Amino acid sequence: MYPADYRYTKQHEWVKVDGEVGIVGITHYAQQELGDVVFVDMPKPGTKIKLGTSFGTVESVKAVSEIFSPVSGEILETNGLLSDAPEKINADPHVTAWLIKVKLDDPKEAASLMDAVAYQSYVEAAAKDH
Amino acid sequence: MLISMFGHHGSIFPVTTPAIAETRKTALNAVHRRLNARMVNFGGWDMPLEYSGILAEHEAVRTRAGLFDVSHMGELEITGPGAQSLVQWVSCNNAAKLIDGQIQYSGLMTSRGTFVDDLLVHKISDTHYLLCVNASNQDADFDHLVANNKFDAKVANTSSRYSQLAVQGPRAEEILQKLTRTALAPIRYYYFVFGQVSGVDCLIARTGYTGEDGFEIYFAPEYSEKLWDDLMKAGAPLGMIPTGLGARNTLRLEAGMCLYGHEIDDTTTPWEAGLAWICKMEKAPFLGSDVLAAQKKDGVPRKLVGFEMLDKRIGRDGYPVDAAGKQVGRVTSGCPSPTLKKNIGMAYVPPSLTAVGTDLEIDIRAQKAAARVIPLPFYKRPQ
Repeated sequence: MYPADYRYTKQHEWVKVDGEVGIVGITHYAQQELGDVVFVDMPKPGTKIKLGTSFGTVESVKAVSEIFSPVSGEILETNGLLSDAPEKINADPHVTAWLIKVKLDDPKEAASLMDAVAYQSYVEAAAKDH
Repeated sequence: MLISMFGHHGSIFPVTTPAIAETRKTALNAVHRRLNARMVNFGGWDMPLEYSGILAEHEAVRTRAGLFDVSHMGELEITGPGAQSLVQWVSCNNAAKLIDGQIQYSGLMTSRGTFVDDLLVHKISDTHYLLCVNASNQDADFDHLVANNKFDAKVANTSSRYSQLAVQGPRAEEILQKLTRTALAPIRYYYFVFGQVSGVDCLIARTGYTGEDGFEIYFAPEYSEKLWDDLMKAGAPLGMIPTGLGARNTLRLEAGMCLYGHEIDDTTTPWEAGLAWICKMEKAPFLGSDVLAAQKKDGVPRKLVGFEMLDKRIGRDGYPVDAAGKQVGRVTSGCPSPTLKKNIGMAYVPPSLTAVGTDLEIDIRAQKAAARVIPLPFYKRPQ
């Protein structure tokens, strides 16, 4: 379910580090909790973002959720697919429905986040609290 | 994991899970869990928010049918020779106009002319009324009725004696008719009969909270699973699916219906909420009628309007409505409208900003978003 080469936050974002670039999205668990996604609001390329701070929102029928950055750096690109088809986040949150690409300040920063195994047990524990 | 259904600021993913207070369950809780529903704490009740997804469920109710467990709703019964006088004294609509078997949407009033609750008054007879009230208000409603009972009526909270299912949508009659010998076609909107569904004694009411045709049936809780299963078996071939509180909210909002705690509460009057049609001054005096008469004469400080967003974002509950750089009102409910394919909502604004076509500015997380006043209801079903 959760790609082994990604890192995960407690707020249910993921990051895939590829050299000096990080690709960021929200997890399958997050899209399930949100339900039908209807709008994605991301900052423009060039915007600086910081680990742990909110940089955009994902809006579903029932709620709006802030997205917290799993890394620090500068936004290179936002996913144009999502402006026309935000529902792709429900269908494919880990691959085609990424949110932003980031030029990383420190490619090692993401190592402090959860790996897939740790994240899997984290969401299982969260699901039990329901 | 905490999710606020009806508008929410900030993250829906808090890192720590808050202590969960004891939640109440309907007789269908196990059924919802078997169906893998996403559950939510709604006013202290563990209720299904969605099964297949709010958009799919919404569409099912608009085009086919949906089955809602609304057993959390409260039932209060008023009996005895003073029953009608008590109903008339505490509510703003005119219950004296009801005939046996008729239902009326009404408000339970404070002495300030504001809402303790909104409710459906079912007249069984001159000496027996059944009030269907909001789940989370039922205890306060009961206390309010008892405190204002100067008519020696008997007041009982009979909520635990009823489960309630709502079959809603254009195919609702066809589906329910498969399970009952009671002729449903002659039951008019806002009337009820006693009959059997699947051999179970029911109060069958032609009411709903979706803007579609449909029925709400009340029966003893021990038959809940049987009736749920029989209704699903009868309805599934006609496209009926289980529907949760998420779709119930988008459906009622499209239909311009108020939700207690959002459009109405104990600070809002019927005049402000656009509910003059349920506030009958000719039957005065009743609780709050003096205040309501004065407000009717002097005018209201704010009024509920419907709006559409001219922006891709959604104006949600609690967001400020601004004019000339300062806050003049607030959004009470907002959502994407699956039927109209635009973002809609309701808001309280000053009387000067209520005309259809007025431009509004909604403050969405410190950014201005354009909206425009449009007529209510947003959606009216084809006749």
